[in-house]
Amino acid sequence: MRRRGSPFTGVGVVLAKEAADYLSGARMWVLEALVFLTAIAAAYAAILSIRANIGESPFLFLRLLTMAQDPLPSFIALLGFLIPLVAIAIGFDAINGEFSRRTLSRVLAQPIYRDALLLGKFLAALVSLTIGLLSLWLLTIGLGLLLLGLAPNTEEMVRMLGFLVATIAYGGVWLAVAFLFSAVFRAPATAALAALGVWLLFALFWSVVTPLVATLIAGPREGIFGPNLAYLQTALALDRISPNTLYSEIALALLQPSTRALGPVLYSQVQGALLGAPLPAAQSFLLVWPQLTGLVAAMILIFAVAYVAFQRQEIRA
Amino acid sequence: MAGEVVIRAQELTKRYGTTVAVDHIDFDVRAGEIVGILGPNGSGKTTTILMLLGLTEPTEGRAEVAGFDPLRDPLEVKRRVGYLPDSVGFYDGLTARDNLAYTGRLAGLSRREIDERFAEALVRVGLPDVGRDRVGTFSRGMRQRLGLAEVLMKRPSIAILDEPTATLDPHSTQEFLGMIRGLKADGTAVLLSSHHLDQVQSVCDRVALFNRGRIALSGSVTDLAQRVLGGGYVIDIEARGAGVREQLVGIPGIVRVQVLGPELYRADCERDLRPEIARRLAPASQLLGIRFAEPSLNEVYTRYFDEVRHAA
Repeated sequence: MRRRGSPFTGVGVVLAKEAADYLSGARMWVLEALVFLTAIAAAYAAILSIRANIGESPFLFLRLLTMAQDPLPSFIALLGFLIPLVAIAIGFDAINGEFSRRTLSRVLAQPIYRDALLLGKFLAALVSLTIGLLSLWLLTIGLGLLLLGLAPNTEEMVRMLGFLVATIAYGGVWLAVAFLFSAVFRAPATAALAALGVWLLFALFWSVVTPLVATLIAGPREGIFGPNLAYLQTALALDRISPNTLYSEIALALLQPSTRALGPVLYSQVQGALLGAPLPAAQSFLLVWPQLTGLVAAMILIFAVAYVAFQRQEIRA
Repeated sequence: MAGEVVIRAQELTKRYGTTVAVDHIDFDVRAGEIVGILGPNGSGKTTTILMLLGLTEPTEGRAEVAGFDPLRDPLEVKRRVGYLPDSVGFYDGLTARDNLAYTGRLAGLSRREIDERFAEALVRVGLPDVGRDRVGTFSRGMRQRLGLAEVLMKRPSIAILDEPTATLDPHSTQEFLGMIRGLKADGTAVLLSSHHLDQVQSVCDRVALFNRGRIALSGSVTDLAQRVLGGGYVIDIEARGAGVREQLVGIPGIVRVQVLGPELYRADCERDLRPEIARRLAPASQLLGIRFAEPSLNEVYTRYFDEVRHAA
């Protein structure tokens, strides 16, 4: 039987309340402080290094994000590591917290559908994450302006904006994972552990797993006449199941303009190319379009599974 | 409109796999009426409430709440129904006002309506000065009152209260029952689920006794007493003098006489024998009072489930 009334009734109210909770909550402040401190430290270290070699690259602002200076990793490496943790920390108790506080039945007794509650909460978490990332992005640019004494050019701004969008989508994937486990498990601690387990799998173990599976599927890495192309393609396809891989490929192509391909390249494909010459921003965006849409699709797909899990649950006080 | 049916359940059924939580129940509630639903844990009371609110889909049968089908029009139903779950939960970090403003906005109230109704509701539940306090600092009793304030803010035509006094002390319970009577006075239909039989008896016009997902008995407490306890007419007599008990036992139609106190007797009668009792006692004794005894819901409940156990 078809239900009457919009499933989006009340989304705005839920979004406003939840976003206010996230942004004013101690948890968010601690997480933001952690990300800001580490990322700014990485950017600052990179700036010191760049100042010593200021004439080497036409894309100094992009190097601010990609350059690592011992003992700190690069800004993008830190973000790739910390964003999933922040997203999981925001979302692991989004749904089960309502159960444990016994607020769910009271809220759902108001004229809204569950759809609105889940969507409103997810959008609020995504908005909070976006506000945090946008602040970080602006702060990094400001730091670069102050310490380098140079303004970013248009192409750098476009690339950095693209990277910001990709970072939000990457955070969205991990938020969706956290929401999924928060809908499946009633205990917030279990949900957090499960989400962290998935993060560990992709962050640490996936690069160990994929060569093994690729070898089983496509044979050994090295063939009789050189590298086994089937193996390389299989390993790459498996690697790209991981959102971390998709994100790092996007970061590589957008923030290092000389990147011309994101996978095995045949000799025939690079004939006539000026190796090391930067690609125009539009070409770089074309290169990462599948990865970017992949991240957005993964976020939507995982959120849809969380939605189904939540819809199937019994609402008890 | 007074007397209009505002909740109607027909053959309402809910199954979880092979477990039947609610089994083809029929009942109705009229405007301005307080109906109690009783029964042991797991007898289907809360599942019935959730189906009426559209929070759980019935497996069979249908319900109509405030003229709408909760399955098809849950938003319309929820606009008209105030619900107070047992052990109501709030966002502890938010103030009482922010908590109720959130659900008020979800219910479609404007900011002005929220401000007006919030102040009024807090006064009615006896918490006029806590609007700016964080709910995390509230006692259980205060939370229940705040939950009722939320129901009042909505100005519903139907209030569904699921074990609202379960965590309250005796004094707060009496105050809370007074507030429930206030809802009835406003013309609100109240569906009250509770394990406290004396409280149910003191406020409810009718009760429905749930057992294993079915409504085993329903009606007024007097109706239920007649059906479960038998006889039907229980008369309390206050009389002074010698041999009152013996005189009562000798009246045809009196089945049993109990001595409740020095001058207080209870007679189980086959019919209304008050005039006959007065006439028979008058020559030798001083009749101080005679009235129908209120049958006890507790007694009905206990007797019914004893019989169910023996039958099993």
